[in-house]
Amino acid sequence: MTATPISSAGTSRRASQGAGPSAAIVAPNWNGLIEPTQYIVVPLLAIAVSVVLFSILLLVLGKSPATFFQLLWRGGFADGFAVQNTLERAAPLIFAALCVAIPARMGMVVIAEGPLVLGGLASAAAALPCLHRLPPLLILGVMALAAVMAGGACIGFVGVLRVRRGVNETISSLLLSYIVIAVLNFLVEGPLRDPGSTTKPSTQPIGAENMIGMIPGTEVHWGIIIAFVLCAAAHLLIYRTTGGFGARVIGGNIRAALAQGLPVAKLTTGFCMVAGACAGLAGFFEVAAIHGQANSSLAVGFGFSAILVSFMARHDPLVIPVVAIAMGGIQAAGGLIQRHMHLPDASVQLLQGLLFVVLLASETLYGRLRVRQAFSQRSSTATGGGSSNPEPAVSPQERRA
Amino acid sequence: MTMSQQIATVAMALLAGALKVSTPFLFVSLGECLTEKSGRVNLGLEGTLIMGAMVGYATAYETGNPWLGVCAAAMAGMILGAMHGLICALPRVNDIAVGIALMQFGTAFAFFLGKPYIQPEAPHLPDIPIGAWFDVGGTGELQLSPLLVCGSVLAFGMAWGLRQTRWGLIIRTVGESTVGARALGFRVDLVRLLSTAAGGALAGIGGSFLSLAYPGIWSEALSSGQGLIAVALVIFARWNPIYCLFASLLFGAAGALGPALQSVGVTEAYHLFNAVPYILTLLIMIGSSSRVAALRAAPAELSITR
Repeated sequence: MTATPISSAGTSRRASQGAGPSAAIVAPNWNGLIEPTQYIVVPLLAIAVSVVLFSILLLVLGKSPATFFQLLWRGGFADGFAVQNTLERAAPLIFAALCVAIPARMGMVVIAEGPLVLGGLASAAAALPCLHRLPPLLILGVMALAAVMAGGACIGFVGVLRVRRGVNETISSLLLSYIVIAVLNFLVEGPLRDPGSTTKPSTQPIGAENMIGMIPGTEVHWGIIIAFVLCAAAHLLIYRTTGGFGARVIGGNIRAALAQGLPVAKLTTGFCMVAGACAGLAGFFEVAAIHGQANSSLAVGFGFSAILVSFMARHDPLVIPVVAIAMGGIQAAGGLIQRHMHLPDASVQLLQGLLFVVLLASETLYGRLRVRQAFSQRSSTATGGGSSNPEPAVSPQERRA
Repeated sequence: MTMSQQIATVAMALLAGALKVSTPFLFVSLGECLTEKSGRVNLGLEGTLIMGAMVGYATAYETGNPWLGVCAAAMAGMILGAMHGLICALPRVNDIAVGIALMQFGTAFAFFLGKPYIQPEAPHLPDIPIGAWFDVGGTGELQLSPLLVCGSVLAFGMAWGLRQTRWGLIIRTVGESTVGARALGFRVDLVRLLSTAAGGALAGIGGSFLSLAYPGIWSEALSSGQGLIAVALVIFARWNPIYCLFASLLFGAAGALGPALQSVGVTEAYHLFNAVPYILTLLIMIGSSSRVAALRAAPAELSITR
């Protein structure tokens, strides 16, 4: 495949981009209203169905659903303490969800657990030689750089395998997460173990003076602000750059992308590296702002919950923070629910898993929620909606050959 | 111990490990092989495995009969498989993502329901001792699980069934071409649903081995990705049930490397040796995948090899 950068290709891209929204306004009828709102209606419907299913399960077990969801609200959102707790969990979820969302634009499903853990491990390891030698801000810089590079390399490797060898990215990133966790356990119990850590093997603490501070007036670290900024940046990257457009073309139709002469291999690898770097930052903030050292607390499953977050946000970086905060709240309430209702600690996980399954099943409703009317009108809105929403085609039919 | 004795010990431990640890790999990979032959991927078998382990253990504990546990595990796995099959039959639903969701759901559900069964002890499946057949030192722990025997027979049976029977032909047709199968009048979604449900049942049996034979307890750390490795194994085994058997034995041996080396005093990199099966799987996937086209033996409708 030879790259043929024709100038007209650039103009036609912009033209097709602009055509989307205007085509959607063509038919100001009920379906014109349903078309844009379905992206809110369908997920809400999925949430409602999961809540009902979960309530039935609780009733069968003789527990009160009302108490459960009341505690969920209390533990996640009711007061300042709960909200801070929630935001603390939302930060890694946002970073890791970006790691899922960016490759999803190219039709790839990636697991973010590996780069998250590796990023945390790399930042803790990179801090060790710098301690007491460099000023705190510089140490943090070194740590962040190490995390970004480690995370980027991790998912970048997954992207390379996909492009060069056709290795399925979901399986390879899942395997990498197991490998990375094994390496983490090896390092914190072996070469990098701090002799002082008796109960939970850990690396040497980076020290309170080197850790990231809290946002003034709160108990929430700066990571959440960085996460919001990064989401905006990811939005710009996907929707406002040539590379982002190329990635969306790849996700939409790989053959068209190849025929256009898009550098598919480079774009795939590059975007995967960016995605991995985001997840690496999640690990960095976990180490530099929460734990102060790397240990098995890094691998508590943020990378897995993030898949749900990204899918629920329909891989839209601007929606990810909202969903991540909601999910962080659910996780934050887990302990409270466990104590008050004597439910197993997995009950929050179960709610999440159920939500994920129902949510994916609900994807079948997109484009099918419409008021019955004449066929011609129906088809006109259908095409308008289609082009205005260059959704990642995660459908197996449109994956690369 | 001399060097040669140590090597003999490690080799024997690897053999014992291959016989002991390979059963879950075998059942999950056979189940996934069947599902993938029908053109669909179920990445959720890791969750099915854990669910099967929990249900099998709980049933064996409540009834006192481990074989009932195996049956219950198969039922639980079948339900999870059927869920995957039903959801993926809906248009515009991505089977890989549904697999990940069901993996999380199955794992969480098993942990949720299995909490009360972490302490009590359930009856084990009996073993067939074969160590006495060999007159070599240190073979006493060589034991053969009846489930491994069943699985091996099943591997050959499935290979024959897929190649020689009408049902096998239908499954393969559906896996090769949705359009072609529809034109022939086969109900594609139904065939895939049944294949996925049967595959889930097999993975459930694999799970019951974990809790009822080896390691023989129910805990939340019971499975460490065996279900996922088994899914990758199917690619390595080129969608051939008999190769699945050999691949499972190989991975059982690889999984036993860490404990085996520990037993002869190599304790340094215990955790790294535990990662050997995953690294091996990744290397095998890199080696056996192809950039140019879908693998020749792969069912054409399969999304993971496109």
